[in-house]
Amino acid sequence: MPSLIDMRRRIRAVTSTQQITKAMKTVAASKLRRAQDRIIGARPFARLMLSTLNSLATRVDPELHPLLAPPESRPDGPTLLFVVTADKGLCGSFNSTLLRRAGTFIGDADNAVALGVVGRKGRDFFSHHGFDVRYEDVNVFNALKYSHAQSAARAAIEAYTSGEARDVYLLYNEFKSVLQQRVVVERLLPIPRLDPDEQDAALLADHLFEPTPKEIFEQLLPRHVETQMFRAMLESAAAEHAARMTAMDAATRNAGEMIDQLTLYMNKMRQATITRELIEVVSGAEAL
Amino acid sequence: MEFPSSLTFELVTPERAIVREAVDEVQVPGAGGYFGVLPGHTPLLAMLQVGELWFRQGSERFFVSVAYGFAEVLPDRVTVLAQVAERAEEVDVDRAEAAQQRAQARLGGRAADIDVERARIALLKSLVRLRVASKVRVRPSGGF
Repeated sequence: MPSLIDMRRRIRAVTSTQQITKAMKTVAASKLRRAQDRIIGARPFARLMLSTLNSLATRVDPELHPLLAPPESRPDGPTLLFVVTADKGLCGSFNSTLLRRAGTFIGDADNAVALGVVGRKGRDFFSHHGFDVRYEDVNVFNALKYSHAQSAARAAIEAYTSGEARDVYLLYNEFKSVLQQRVVVERLLPIPRLDPDEQDAALLADHLFEPTPKEIFEQLLPRHVETQMFRAMLESAAAEHAARMTAMDAATRNAGEMIDQLTLYMNKMRQATITRELIEVVSGAEAL
Repeated sequence: MEFPSSLTFELVTPERAIVREAVDEVQVPGAGGYFGVLPGHTPLLAMLQVGELWFRQGSERFFVSVAYGFAEVLPDRVTVLAQVAERAEEVDVDRAEAAQQRAQARLGGRAADIDVERARIALLKSLVRLRVASKVRVRPSGGF
């Protein structure tokens, strides 16, 4: 049976843990606010980029640029899967859910899967388990910049155009709300084509380009890949802070419950000791 | 097809959405020169250069400095995806002036290892931003 002093020590330990989780929650909450503003600001650009590109991609010759090639015409090769995880842990099931989803993706794929990882947690997991990691970038989420997305996008485009990869997918946590993250898999390359709306196609048959379509696509397509990569990273950053905030909030609450229980137990124990001592005194006096 | 009476104008950068409004006219710095867009324009996709963009609502014009990106023009909407953009009232004049001096010093220095093209673009950007910023200051006194 633990002594009173042991109990006091345990309560103190849990209290200081609770202080840490509470502080982490506050920090995550303020970081979340910034990350949330960034992703909400970045979404319109990514959305408009995609819709502009889709409407164009359906109207131009796919031969114009390799990034538009239909999936059937690609050489056989591995699929390149970009996984965006967090750099740090202590954010609930944020990383493990994502890595589990990556596992099922690799299991379900009909060909080999090579990986590109952004974020320390994913890098550690995949390189430790001996996966084929072609691209890695860690320590990005502390100060996330467009250039991080640019270098990842360059790696993706290079692997794709050189024929090293058949297609490129993107796996990340989407920020749905503060309480909800959603794991998302998207095909990044080749760029998905929509079926053109017939009325649209007639209306836009005589589209002007300045300068030539080829030059525009050479600029536009890499930028599109960068944009989608950047958006995925921002989504993940916001989702990570949200997940950490929720996890730390739960931890703080659990610590509080634990402190209550331990305190109750300690008080009972102290009372029991007092009662026992009283009985000893009383029965000692009777014996005289 | 009905002829549209105004344009839906959207200007976004990777960081944030800058403008989303109904406007009467837009002028865009395209790769091949400035072009104006009125409602009912032919569909057009253009690359942007570093320059000054404006849009008109009624008789009031608003200026924005933009650099790189694309503009998609449809009969009833203009979408500008700019890499960098700033509304006139948001331009940090001190910073733009500092950038201008830096770029000029670099161009004037004639050191062997400088990237002349980069310095030239930096200079151009800072000049555009300053010009755009000066237009917002003119407006209260009523002048174009």
